[in-house]
Amino acid sequence: MTTNKGNSIPVITVIMAIIVIWYAGAVQLNSPQIIDRYVKKNVDWSFTQLAMDSWSMKRAVLPAPHQVAIELKKTIIDKNVTSKRSLVYHAAITLSSTLLGFVLGTSLGIVLSIGIVYVVTLDRSLMPWIITSQTIPILALAPMVIVVFGAMGISGLLPKALISMYLCFFPVTVGMVKGLRSPSPMLVDLMATYHASQWQVFLRLRLPSAVPFLFASLKVAIALSLVGAIVAELPTGGQAGLGSRLLSGSYYGQTNLIWAALIVAAVMSASLVSIIGYLERYVIQRLAGGQADPQVTS
Amino acid sequence: MTEINTLNSVVQVAGLSLDFVTKDGIVSALSEVDLTIESGEFVSFIGPSGCGKTTLMRVLADLETPTAGRVQVNGMTPSQARQQRAYGYVFQAPALLPWRTVQDNVTLPLEIMGKSKAEQQALSHEYLQLVNLDGFENKFPWQLSGGMQQRVSIARALSVEPQLLFMDEPFGALDEITRDHLNDQLLRLWQATKKTVVFVTHSIPEAVFLSSRIVVMSPRPGRIIDVIDCNFPLDRTLDIRETPEFLAIAQRVRQGLQAGHSYDD
Repeated sequence: MTTNKGNSIPVITVIMAIIVIWYAGAVQLNSPQIIDRYVKKNVDWSFTQLAMDSWSMKRAVLPAPHQVAIELKKTIIDKNVTSKRSLVYHAAITLSSTLLGFVLGTSLGIVLSIGIVYVVTLDRSLMPWIITSQTIPILALAPMVIVVFGAMGISGLLPKALISMYLCFFPVTVGMVKGLRSPSPMLVDLMATYHASQWQVFLRLRLPSAVPFLFASLKVAIALSLVGAIVAELPTGGQAGLGSRLLSGSYYGQTNLIWAALIVAAVMSASLVSIIGYLERYVIQRLAGGQADPQVTS
Repeated sequence: MTEINTLNSVVQVAGLSLDFVTKDGIVSALSEVDLTIESGEFVSFIGPSGCGKTTLMRVLADLETPTAGRVQVNGMTPSQARQQRAYGYVFQAPALLPWRTVQDNVTLPLEIMGKSKAEQQALSHEYLQLVNLDGFENKFPWQLSGGMQQRVSIARALSVEPQLLFMDEPFGALDEITRDHLNDQLLRLWQATKKTVVFVTHSIPEAVFLSSRIVVMSPRPGRIIDVIDCNFPLDRTLDIRETPEFLAIAQRVRQGLQAGHSYDD
């Protein structure tokens, strides 16, 4: 179902509620510091005064929404995109490594899944390692990869993309293995009665059957890929990218900066996932003549 | 054991046995089956579930490998026959690819065989017309009823123009009215194309109405217990199901099925 007018009211209500709670939270979290200040200076204060002050602190524990909005305007619209202070500049760096990692991870995931489905030895030997790989915390692994590659003279895009790839190949492999194995035994028999070659069975039966599984995996993979890119930017010591913005924001207590970077990352992630969603709808439409969820007739 | 030497036989089976290994031990799906099917016959395998009727057909189609015995299809091993695409196979379900249109489903085997686009078009058109589905070429399977889907799968099996057609309970999942209608159509189709048809069913009226010979099977182990000739006039209609001759043969089939069951439960 496409979004219609009736859906916008609940969405707006929720957004309004979040903003109100956010403002209230800002007062709650920032007020101890401000009250301390009032007491030191020995001034009288009202609740209105307190609220106003908690919403305009320079280094608030929780900045108010409008402060974050101002920060976003300052770093997105007012700054030249080539400036190191522009969030667009940093977002573009993170996006490029996200996309490269996504392409690498998806390719690796698909290749692995084909190997697992077609080669019995790989099915037995590879899957446990693939699962083990995902139990290693990425936060522990990322600095090591960056440092090792740095020692080899490789820095910048590639090591970051590798971290993204490491995170996002997994859902693709798992989804594609399931997808390539999804055709019913009857359809596999059908292809056998035609004496179809392995390649023909792959191209005409297994691959199209796997498409819905692939897209479900891609949505998870692209979001993970962005997480990987941001995590990979943390140990680079605040050079560039949304991750380094988050890190420098927390170094200097600039919470506005942290929140602005966070919001850009969230918007980016949501956009990437919905782009995959649109792509999915388009491809499925082409594949099954408008049926939203093609089920194998069996 | 029957000696095989008839030149005209499309299917020759002698001393065929097939055991499945399950975790509860060995299950004998087929035991000492002998059968010869001549060109142009319509032979039905009938029997209760587990009597091996589908397994027997799957052996003929090289989808199962027998444990013992000799099997020939078109004078070749089933494997050679499959590699030469000597037969068409219609499954219990339509088994259509949901991402392909009706026409593209029918051309699937032709694509695999490497026929030219023009030939694919011509053959799919011809056989969709034969099953009364012209005009539905660009529909997707989910836009068709169950009976129409099964007709697409019959057109698909016919499109490779095999002389031999295997049909595994093709109408089992359909309602009775649709089934009657398709039985009538299939009979005309068989008469028009002069193909050899091997048909699996568990419906007695369906078997008696369609067949020139009925093979009655019994389970545990799967074996043939009776073979009944059944030659009604070629221009028969569904009305013959009320005639005494029809009921007599149906009665004999039923007795055969009951005899096969008696010492079992």
